[in-house]
Amino acid sequence: MTEATTAKRAQLKPPISNVGVVGWLYTNLFSTWYNSLLTIIMLLMLAWSVPPLFQWAFVDSLWNSSAAACRDIDGACWSVIPNNFRFIILGFFPEGQEWRPILAMVLLLGLVIYSKERSRWKKSLAWLWLINLIVMGTLMYGGVLGMPVVETAQWSGLPLTLILSFFGMIVAYPLGILLALGRRSKLPAIKTLCVVYIEMIRGVPLISLLFMSSIMFPLFLPEGVTIDKVLRALVAIILFAAAYIAEVVRGGLQAMPRGQYEAADSLGLNYSNTMRLVILPQALKIVIPPSVGVLLSVFKDTSLVVIIALYDVLKTTMVTLSNPEWAGYSKESYIFLALLYFCFCYAMSSYSRRLEKELHTGH
Amino acid sequence: MKLTKTLVLVLSLCLMLVSFAHAGKDLDAVKSKGFIQAGVNGSLFGFGMPDAKGNWAGLDVDTARAIAAAIFGDASKVKFTPLSAQQRFTALQSGEIDVLTRNGTQTLSRETQLGLNFVSVNYYDGQGFLVSKKLGVKSAKELDGATICVLPGTTTEQNAADYFRTNKMSWKPVVIESTAELAKTFFAGRCDVLTSDASQLAGTRAIAQNPKDYIILPEIISKEPLAPAVRHGDDQFRDIVDFSVLAMINAEELGITSKNVDEMLKSKNPVIQRFLGTSPGNGKSLGLDEKWAYNIIKQVGNYGEVFERNVGVNTTLGIERGLNALWTNGGLMYSPPFK
Repeated sequence: MTEATTAKRAQLKPPISNVGVVGWLYTNLFSTWYNSLLTIIMLLMLAWSVPPLFQWAFVDSLWNSSAAACRDIDGACWSVIPNNFRFIILGFFPEGQEWRPILAMVLLLGLVIYSKERSRWKKSLAWLWLINLIVMGTLMYGGVLGMPVVETAQWSGLPLTLILSFFGMIVAYPLGILLALGRRSKLPAIKTLCVVYIEMIRGVPLISLLFMSSIMFPLFLPEGVTIDKVLRALVAIILFAAAYIAEVVRGGLQAMPRGQYEAADSLGLNYSNTMRLVILPQALKIVIPPSVGVLLSVFKDTSLVVIIALYDVLKTTMVTLSNPEWAGYSKESYIFLALLYFCFCYAMSSYSRRLEKELHTGH
Repeated sequence: MKLTKTLVLVLSLCLMLVSFAHAGKDLDAVKSKGFIQAGVNGSLFGFGMPDAKGNWAGLDVDTARAIAAAIFGDASKVKFTPLSAQQRFTALQSGEIDVLTRNGTQTLSRETQLGLNFVSVNYYDGQGFLVSKKLGVKSAKELDGATICVLPGTTTEQNAADYFRTNKMSWKPVVIESTAELAKTFFAGRCDVLTSDASQLAGTRAIAQNPKDYIILPEIISKEPLAPAVRHGDDQFRDIVDFSVLAMINAEELGITSKNVDEMLKSKNPVIQRFLGTSPGNGKSLGLDEKWAYNIIKQVGNYGEVFERNVGVNTTLGIERGLNALWTNGGLMYSPPFK
């Protein structure tokens, strides 16, 4: 009989302060008096800043008008982007040839997306990359199949940014690994060389390397001999990034327990096989987060080439702003640019998080 | 083995990007490669800047085109290298460019220490002051105690300091890095005066909400003769660059424009005949085609046309001819006779 009475007892609801919206608000925003105070201050600040921002960006704004029409409004003049879109993105690429850099960028991004899946990481993928890079180079440079030659001096805008950063990363990463191995080498000459190189490059800012490559370097060459400007900048970026990657990779190498080396030795593996099959796969996995950090900063650092008058996507935007017609709309242009950079960087970092998860084997 | 092969491949790819220009005299080098490499500003509206389609435009750009027209008979045989202020002279010294048409001020030290030859001036600039009409100031002498917006690290800052010291006036500099921000700060009223080269001031005033509220004071406190430059060492090439600039000025004086140049070929005036090469001589002396001046005027225009097209009163900059008018109109543009 006693069971019946217990079964009839009504289920009590939890106190209102623990569930639902109120409960969430209570636990997250108003749990203590100072949390409540912070919440209120934040709300006030949002109320003070968001509506005017919204008003500026979306209500009073013009999206596709002439520069003259923008003079009469108080809001954002987003028209600066569509009106100068071609120059900001493609820069000096000759008229009528726009499809070439666009196709090259699509190919590059397409291949990057294709390479995302680890199941596709085979030898054939490396060949695919090589072919793709050659096709991209041909598309950009031309000279065959009736495509007029477009010199590297005319490469600018987003394609230049992508070329500098992707080629920079692709070449700098293996170079950095070699440097890291060299720094841990038992051969004194190689070791000293790598240490000097890494410390020297890390001791100077990228700007000075770019200046060296663009201003000092040509003076050392015999007169009449010039080396392509884009190539010089690219080499500077690669040298710089490689030194940082080397240190990141060295961190991973040092984290490997001695047992791993000894195990490889006892299997009779030689040095290159030890590194290739045992040490590097584990070490590189450990250093994914800092590596991505370095690669992201390489991507963003390419914008420093503005100081040597290469027209990357930042410089093309700045040039647009030096036209008196559009000079007043730097905020809008830089916001657009920030979004563009953010898209690339966010994609890179979220991919690295996924890779980390997939490769996580746990100990 | 594989590594060696890859290395060889990479190295040879790199070598393909290294170009060996003909060493020797500049003119021969230019002629053999078939185009002129001109250094330009790259972000100075009206002087050297790409338009929204990526085509170069500006007074300096047209000057470089004129040189190409003189040498090759084709104004399009010129390639432009945008250069920053720090890079410009090294680029010329190292042979990366053949001629520098980048609003460079001709000075003694640049001629001597840097080993450059400046040719005839293609724009007379000078530093001035832009003020709001509300201040009621009519002369720079009344600017005692003013706050002045100025770009950092340029001669502009130095010139302003010198000017105020010599006139025993005080001033407060507001130093701002970029030209666009400088203008904004000025229009927002954070400083009373904006100082810069007069050509820039005109452009700045043009983007004001109401340009008529601002005036450029009459005092010009510095001399900035902007002229194309070449390296020391090839006098013939220097002459060609010089006379390409002068030909445009001379054409304006003779009343020859890109529109009427074909009719002018039939002119009976011996001065015009010599200039346009219908009676030969000038071309041979310079080592060029006799039609060199005709090509410049036909393809690029005379100085007046080039000025009005790029910086004149009907452009956004809206600059009056002023010092850049012909000497017959009270300016400084004067060409020696072409004979």
